[in-house]
Amino acid sequence: MKQLTVISGKGGTGKTSITAAFASLAKNTMFADCDVDAADLHLIFKPNIIEKKKFHGLKIASVNKQKCTLCNKCYDYCRFNAIDKEINIKKESCEGCGVCNYICPVNAIKMIERDSGFSYISNTRFGPFAHARLKTAEEASGKLVTVVRNDAIKIAEEKNKDLIIIDGPPGIGCPVISSITGVDLVLIVTEPSLSGIHDLKRITNVTFHFKIPAVVCINKYDVNVYNTKDIEKYCLYNKIPLVGKIPYDISMSRSMVEEKTIFEYYNGILCLEIKKMWEKIRSILEL
Amino acid sequence: MIISVASGKGGTGKTTVATNIALSIGKCQFIDCDVEEPNANIFLKTKIESSKNISVTFPNINKSLCNFCGKCSDFCAYNAIAVVPEDILIFPELCHSCGGCELVCPKNAIKWHKRAIGKVEHGITKDIDFYHGFLNVGEMQAVPVIKTLKQKIEKNNNVIIDAPPGTSCPVIESIIGSDYCILVTEPTPFGFHDLKLAVDVVRYLYIPFGVIINRDGIGDNKVENFCKTEDIDILLKIPERKMIAHLYSKGFALVRKSYEWHEMFGQVYNNIQEVLQN
Repeated sequence: MKQLTVISGKGGTGKTSITAAFASLAKNTMFADCDVDAADLHLIFKPNIIEKKKFHGLKIASVNKQKCTLCNKCYDYCRFNAIDKEINIKKESCEGCGVCNYICPVNAIKMIERDSGFSYISNTRFGPFAHARLKTAEEASGKLVTVVRNDAIKIAEEKNKDLIIIDGPPGIGCPVISSITGVDLVLIVTEPSLSGIHDLKRITNVTFHFKIPAVVCINKYDVNVYNTKDIEKYCLYNKIPLVGKIPYDISMSRSMVEEKTIFEYYNGILCLEIKKMWEKIRSILEL
Repeated sequence: MIISVASGKGGTGKTTVATNIALSIGKCQFIDCDVEEPNANIFLKTKIESSKNISVTFPNINKSLCNFCGKCSDFCAYNAIAVVPEDILIFPELCHSCGGCELVCPKNAIKWHKRAIGKVEHGITKDIDFYHGFLNVGEMQAVPVIKTLKQKIEKNNNVIIDAPPGTSCPVIESIIGSDYCILVTEPTPFGFHDLKLAVDVVRYLYIPFGVIINRDGIGDNKVENFCKTEDIDILLKIPERKMIAHLYSKGFALVRKSYEWHEMFGQVYNNIQEVLQN
């Protein structure tokens, strides 16, 4: 079984639309949405949830005010400024390390589980789907990504799937690294803007750093053909295969508004280009 | 006044909004907190004059003192220490520098080393005092870099903060303490869905906020209807134009190309000021 993650560095380049398009083409595939901060793939997949699990991120400190003597030791030792001088815990700053609990001389602080969100396993018209929802202002999204990926691997193995396609988050930090470690291939979706190019270079360096094979797709390549040329040169120079150039087409946005994949919505040049790209990726993955 | 620009969904136009407002209002401070993918200076074009590495601490074990008891590894909430019968391993990228391992070590075998995880750069133009940060490739934690950036804020200045996408820790760290937050979205199901998540975050933090709709015309009315029912101000609508996308692709700020846009973004700022004064 193979794993493919779609990422971008810069947000909004079309990761989810392209992942959804692949869903219409891929056979015997499991899907996972690892953009747990702002998950969107379910809007097109319309999953039928069959299993829902609570997700506990890092723990959080809780103060028993009756026991607390206001000695301020916890305030002094907390490196995250998560405790104020009246010994209230700032929920959004606490990283759950447990130092306050350890240092408290009267045992007034407990570390408690926090309900940070949910992970789901669902059925969709494209196949099984693992996804999640992080609650407002919760952290540990990297940890939740790992939960989603482990669920996906488990189901894919049970159902004898050939491939897992993972919709990844933007950026280069913790949830991105969790989404790409150990996968067989990363597809980087970029756009021909100076911002897109800048972010493409940073995210490809992440894939080099972790030695994960990567290929690139330029979305809306005709918005700026000069920048597209620069991206092509960059890919050539760094030996990253360019697997697709998708033209700007308002149908991409329109299909999303209709909550359909591009193939369910319309049949144009755009679709041909995506099909060609999918075939290239399949052959790289030896599927 | 501190105004932050955030979005939930990536690529909706945060940086476009933040840079165009900054260029419309004269003197201000601009802090690009999207340290994973900082793009604001592509549009502001300030000359970077200084750069400083951002370091975090991580434990360094004196193996001649360590008796491999495993207390530090048991304590560590981040799995950054592994103890095997005759050895101890540290994973610096996972360490949150909480200091707990040193506290629990019975042999006093733990000292702290520093390592760089990113950098903060400063640049200046006639009007803009500019800061941005970079998280190093392969690093997990953006928050320490964002914290350093936010220490540069001069509270009495006009401050524009460009936040990263998403709704979790780096976003919270970026927008916390703002007087107002602009949420940029697009009128599509993805934009709408993620806008609702972003609204939850700013409400949770009690930050007054308004919405800018970018790429107006590509989708439906759900975002507008939502704002009406929830009594959320729509500060501006930016139409979908290939020309705007093209200018963006070349790194040109809209307000530098058109006086009309200059007026409009300036007006957004004035409106926010009025809302906050009332």
